[in-house]
Amino acid sequence: MQWRNVTVFLAGKCLRMATLLTALCLLSFFLLRLSPIDPVQAYVGADMLQVGPEQRARIAEYWGLDKPPVEQFLHWASAVVRGDFGTSMIFRRPVLSVIGERFGASLFLMGAAWLLSGLVGFTLGVIAGMRRDTWVDRMIKWYCCTLASTPTFWLGLLVLTVFAVWLGWFPVGMGVPAGLLAHEVTLGDRLHHLVLPVLTLSVLGVANVALHTREKLIDVLASDYVLFARARGEAGMTLFWRHGFRNVVLPALTLQFASFSELFGGAVLAEQVFSYPGLGQTIVEAGLRGDVPLLLGVVLFSALFVFSGNLIADLLYRIVDPRIREGAGV
Amino acid sequence: MNGSQFDMAAERPGRPLTGGICQPGFHRRHRMAGMVLLSALLLAGIVAGGILLGDSRVATHLDIRNAAPSLEYPFGTDWLGRDMLARTLKGLTLSLAIGLITATASVGIALVLGLMAATLGKTVDSCISWLIDLFLSLPHLVTIILISFSLGGGVKGVIVGVALTHWPSLARIIRAEILQLRSAEFVLTSRKLGRSRWWVATRHMLPHLVPQLYVGFVLLFPHAILHEAGVTFLGFGLSPQQPAIGIILSEAMRYLSAGIWWLAFFPGLSLLIMVRAFDVLGDNLRRLIDPHSAHE
Amino acid sequence: MPVLEVNDLSVAFAQYESGLRRKELTVISGLNVSVGSGEILAVVGSSGSGKSLLAHAILGILPGNARLAGTIRYRGETLTPARQAELRGAELALVPQAVTFLDPLMRVGRQVRLAARGSDPTAAQRAVFARYNLPPAVEKLYPFELSGGMARRVLVSTAVVSGAQVVIADEPTPGLDEAALRETLGFFREMADAGRAVMLITHDIEAALRVADRIAVFYAGTTIEVARAEDFADTGESLRHPYSQALWRALPRNGFIPLAGFQPANCNLVAGCSFQPRCPRAATECAKAEPPPRVLRGGMVRCHYAS
Repeated sequence: MQWRNVTVFLAGKCLRMATLLTALCLLSFFLLRLSPIDPVQAYVGADMLQVGPEQRARIAEYWGLDKPPVEQFLHWASAVVRGDFGTSMIFRRPVLSVIGERFGASLFLMGAAWLLSGLVGFTLGVIAGMRRDTWVDRMIKWYCCTLASTPTFWLGLLVLTVFAVWLGWFPVGMGVPAGLLAHEVTLGDRLHHLVLPVLTLSVLGVANVALHTREKLIDVLASDYVLFARARGEAGMTLFWRHGFRNVVLPALTLQFASFSELFGGAVLAEQVFSYPGLGQTIVEAGLRGDVPLLLGVVLFSALFVFSGNLIADLLYRIVDPRIREGAGV
Repeated sequence: MNGSQFDMAAERPGRPLTGGICQPGFHRRHRMAGMVLLSALLLAGIVAGGILLGDSRVATHLDIRNAAPSLEYPFGTDWLGRDMLARTLKGLTLSLAIGLITATASVGIALVLGLMAATLGKTVDSCISWLIDLFLSLPHLVTIILISFSLGGGVKGVIVGVALTHWPSLARIIRAEILQLRSAEFVLTSRKLGRSRWWVATRHMLPHLVPQLYVGFVLLFPHAILHEAGVTFLGFGLSPQQPAIGIILSEAMRYLSAGIWWLAFFPGLSLLIMVRAFDVLGDNLRRLIDPHSAHE
Repeated sequence: MPVLEVNDLSVAFAQYESGLRRKELTVISGLNVSVGSGEILAVVGSSGSGKSLLAHAILGILPGNARLAGTIRYRGETLTPARQAELRGAELALVPQAVTFLDPLMRVGRQVRLAARGSDPTAAQRAVFARYNLPPAVEKLYPFELSGGMARRVLVSTAVVSGAQVVIADEPTPGLDEAALRETLGFFREMADAGRAVMLITHDIEAALRVADRIAVFYAGTTIEVARAEDFADTGESLRHPYSQALWRALPRNGFIPLAGFQPANCNLVAGCSFQPRCPRAATECAKAEPPPRVLRGGMVRCHYAS
């Protein structure tokens, strides 16, 4: 019964996603066509001289430049459906392989920051909620509110100045040491380069989770069931683990998954500051240098990324929360 | 306001311990009003500074290049000898201007779509909620890059991009607010009297929404400004000649390793303070306007 | 000797504002009440008059900004906050009003087992479920899945498995139909007959009269009378306080005669006797001095003119 519910729910979500993605394709495609930048020109870019006429013809054919816009879109869309996103102008490689490689790097960065901000934020939120209206709580609240107003990239610059330039503990940028071949790079090198971007990016997410968890915990502590638990002799950490934690961790987790959108946005900025070769830096390059196929690819991919976060958040509630899991389809 | 504060102080000594439930609320509300005034003053000061400071301070002075912060140049100077304080204030003023335009546009879109969603029936409602989902399905920054690219860059691209990404959450709030109002007694009576949907929407609901919109507008500001600075920092939109905070910071990046930290530090800090001022302003306004907190 | 004895209890809430000034709201003032083993004492008063706070004060679970005065004794021993913390759940148990007092994310069987103090919580929980006709499958349910009747029995179970000698039931019969009401009241009678001391806090005087041995009438933060259940009879002549009589006469079966005015929310707002503004027998003395509690005809009353 419950799995059928989940399946129905999943199917509905995916259907909605399909309509959204289609609309997004349509929208982005025509937005990019609107651009004053000529696709072939942009595509060929500065290397115009190196591109022979037959290559130009191939590009024009991929984009169907001689056809009316609607036909162009259908042409492009059918290629996309077949998994052909075209070739990136900057990288001279298929868009999908560029995205795959860059996303791998971003995934490390975003995953680590996501985990770190979730853990730190949750802990801070719990401390603030348990010690409500004390100076600890006020400090945490103030800290979070200030964090929420901090520009990510500025924070990145500060971190960079202090830890890389002044203290010299970490490299100034890039994903790997300069001048090394791919197989010479060790995991340690990668991690070393990852520390500062992760730190910057995770600080951004902390505020949200912490403030939300604090509110939730205060609600829970004021609830009837916590009062009754106290009447039964429960107190302190036992009370928190038995009744507080369960009721607070699920909303926090859901919020974390639903924040993939902000995570991605933050990664774009953090990667730019640290010259970290991830997906965020790729979209900036694609946008600045007019790499239309790559830009389209990353846009669609980021939508997919945000969608999967939201889907996990929704599913989590359905699978973990008994009120929805076993309740007759809330 | 000063007068009433004085009155309260005069009244205080003789009061019994147990009276006046509303008394503490008054005290807090005064503090909130003070915060609103303070942040408004700060913001006004930034604008005044940005406008009043002459162009001479941002002109090139090669003799005072890369001067560290001092009394004369509190924020230091850059590699062309330009006063960073003046550049920062001008940058913040530009941010405020862009924030003003984009927040206004966002509130306008949110209001129209929220009203439509709540009053024009189920089909329109689900269409608009789908549209909201569409705009929320991309990270804001990605949408802004996309729009900025398609408009060929420039201030126009940034403004349209930021304006188009910030309406969905407010539209949801407005929709929920209206749905709540719709079941209110006076609205139901009006409907029974045969008033049209549009009549009810504009005569009954709009007045209730104005405070919400006002607060929503102020709270949109910090987001809009941060996004503007972010997308400018990435290199979309404004040209390097314009003194935008994003551009200042992205230029500063090149001088970081030379140890010229003040190029990035002060402009960013100023931006942070300005955004925080808007947050405080909006938050306190919300609490002042919200009837539920009147008795806090 | 009473098992639980509350003497001159006052509960006030301090409300700080941003300055140094502090406001105090007194909710319970000079309250006296006691329960013996094998007895049901009903504390009856109108809804929202702060009766629940009496239960919370006895258990020591008042919110942090509450200030407490007076003494609470358990088997002759004066309770301190530390002692209350040891006793609650072990010797003192609460039966709350509604299913919202159960953790929504924990199966009810586990919640009952957490309340059990014996060596084998599972056996204790199963035994008490069986005793209350709860099928074994119920222990695997979540609170939201319980019917109203099951929820009430689960809540009562938590008090029974704890083995507590004092059971304080806070409004345990909200809006029940006749059968459910009889069943629930029966649970408490049974606990008392087994030697426990039961304090039944309720606004429903009729329900209280059906099961209680003694009734304490709660008005404006204090008990204005403690009477035997038998005193509530005929036209209320045996009752000592004019408010108790008015309460009795306001019942549908006794003529439905309402009492004008309403209860003050803050105990210290009315000078002298807190009932004096509404009292038919009020005299000048009533507005001056608060009547002290005195023993009268095997009960207690706070009234200058009761006889």
